[in-house]
Amino acid sequence: MTTSPSELSDPSDPYDLAVVGAGPAGLAGAVAAAERGLRVVLLEAAAHTGGQYYRHPAPAARAARPEALHHGWPVYADLSRRLAGSGVRHCPGHHVWSVTKDAPDGPWSAHCLTGDDGCDERPVRVRARALLLATGAYERQLPFPGWTLPGVVGAGGAQAMLKSGLVLPGRRIVVAGSGPLLLAVASSLATAGAHVPAVIEAAGYLGYARHPRALVTNPWKAAEALVHGTALLRHRVRMVTRSAVTEVHGTGRVEAVTVARLDRDWRPVQGSGRRIACDVLAVGHGLVPQIELATALGCATRRTADGTAALVLDGLQETSVRGLWAAGETGGAGGVQLALAEGELAGISVAVRVRGKRGEGRRIRELRRRRDRLRAFADAMSAVHAPGPGWQRWLTDDTDVCRCEEVTAARIREAADELGARDVRTVKLLTRAGMGWCQGRMCGTAVACLAARGGTPEPPAERRPFAVPVPLSALTALGEPDDDVPR
Amino acid sequence: MARTPADLVGAQPGPPFEITFDGRSVTARPGQTVAAALWGAGIMAWRTTRDGGRPRGVFCGIGQCFDCLATVNGRPNRRACLVPARPGDAIVTQEGHGHDHLAV
Repeated sequence: MTTSPSELSDPSDPYDLAVVGAGPAGLAGAVAAAERGLRVVLLEAAAHTGGQYYRHPAPAARAARPEALHHGWPVYADLSRRLAGSGVRHCPGHHVWSVTKDAPDGPWSAHCLTGDDGCDERPVRVRARALLLATGAYERQLPFPGWTLPGVVGAGGAQAMLKSGLVLPGRRIVVAGSGPLLLAVASSLATAGAHVPAVIEAAGYLGYARHPRALVTNPWKAAEALVHGTALLRHRVRMVTRSAVTEVHGTGRVEAVTVARLDRDWRPVQGSGRRIACDVLAVGHGLVPQIELATALGCATRRTADGTAALVLDGLQETSVRGLWAAGETGGAGGVQLALAEGELAGISVAVRVRGKRGEGRRIRELRRRRDRLRAFADAMSAVHAPGPGWQRWLTDDTDVCRCEEVTAARIREAADELGARDVRTVKLLTRAGMGWCQGRMCGTAVACLAARGGTPEPPAERRPFAVPVPLSALTALGEPDDDVPR
Repeated sequence: MARTPADLVGAQPGPPFEITFDGRSVTARPGQTVAAALWGAGIMAWRTTRDGGRPRGVFCGIGQCFDCLATVNGRPNRRACLVPARPGDAIVTQEGHGHDHLAV
């Protein structure tokens, strides 16, 4: 290609497609659409592409072997190469805080803060006829006594800091919670030099045996598990299932954790607790789809098997709102292979809609088959790792549930039991839980469980009119006409 | 076998540089965020909560939880896990909301 599509257009035209998020799904979608002749802009909060899965050191670290901390790095290398040659306008440091539409048939406007953490002075607006949300997920947390102590970190967080900053949070790291991410985290921490005495998994991995079809049709998943399993064996990491860290000990920072056995409902078994000395606990309970940009536009959601809210998508990755596509974890956490397939499918689907592309039927059928197979595996997996209701037994009255606003379990139970709050929103109004900086991302699951009082909790609606904190100066700049990204 | 993350990925950055944390010198490597540089120096907390005054540092590691807020070069509420460390940066423990200087 000698001329990129963007050079042929009137600069005042909206893009054909704006992709939000440059992880596996966003990269695959942006590349697929651009290679079909669409004018594409890729908006990414971070300074580099890759998202969380392909997170890697900044160029200044000059890492000769970034693939050493990765599984499937050649796929990312290929996507990066194609992105560079595709004419996609890549906008790093763009934090989309809202998406709006001025006229029913008009283009979308993606409103962005800019800079490393969105603190630069220059907000921008990007207009596009179609939008692909590939915003990924964040880690789900369940509180326990001591979880606010320095040295307790998200399992995904420890891995993220390792992959990009090349640092470890301590020397002796217990990895705990639930979900397949724990194995990957433990394996990378151990390979990078940490001592990982144990991985504490609340579910029983035997649960996978109840989904034989999903397992045998996804050999890549088995291969990945084998890679992590082998690394764990080599580093003598003990795998403890049906158990949980029910308390963290230490003054000022982590010194030890108590691990207790769990019954089928995740109730700690009396008298089963024992201490493991460590200076770090890396903990997480699966992933929550990051969908607030979509819910603000009224996109329909579904409850996943492990109790999170995910976007409802049609056969071609379009949400219930026309012109708005989504791919990857936003449709329910399912891993990198699924994200790549969905991203490409969405990119092609947008090309068919916006440019009337023809002759894509075969590739679309192939991608849909792959997606359906991987989605079946994801559903089986999330069912196995769905938190049991008994986890609430390990809370004490004074355990902070909302980390930002420091709202204890006792206050949330009071709101539910005595003041009649039955949902996250009412608890927030009564206690401030979920009203702080993180907008309920860290405490939402726990508050929903406590408010349900033993019943099946409604997943938090993931409604946040501002997807990231927005300074007043950015709001006042909204009316100014010249805030589009130059092209 | 590699025993540090930097060895593992064959990182050969340029010379390390100095930043300060509450006045004391901390060594950062090119390409690191403020949070990574602090972790590298064994520092795990750089904020105290508004209510209980309790210490916090990185929790989610990906810019979602806002636990790692720090005052960077005089500006409070910067997410240390997202902000790159730059030579001479002055990182200060953020107490509460970080805007005490605005109090009347």
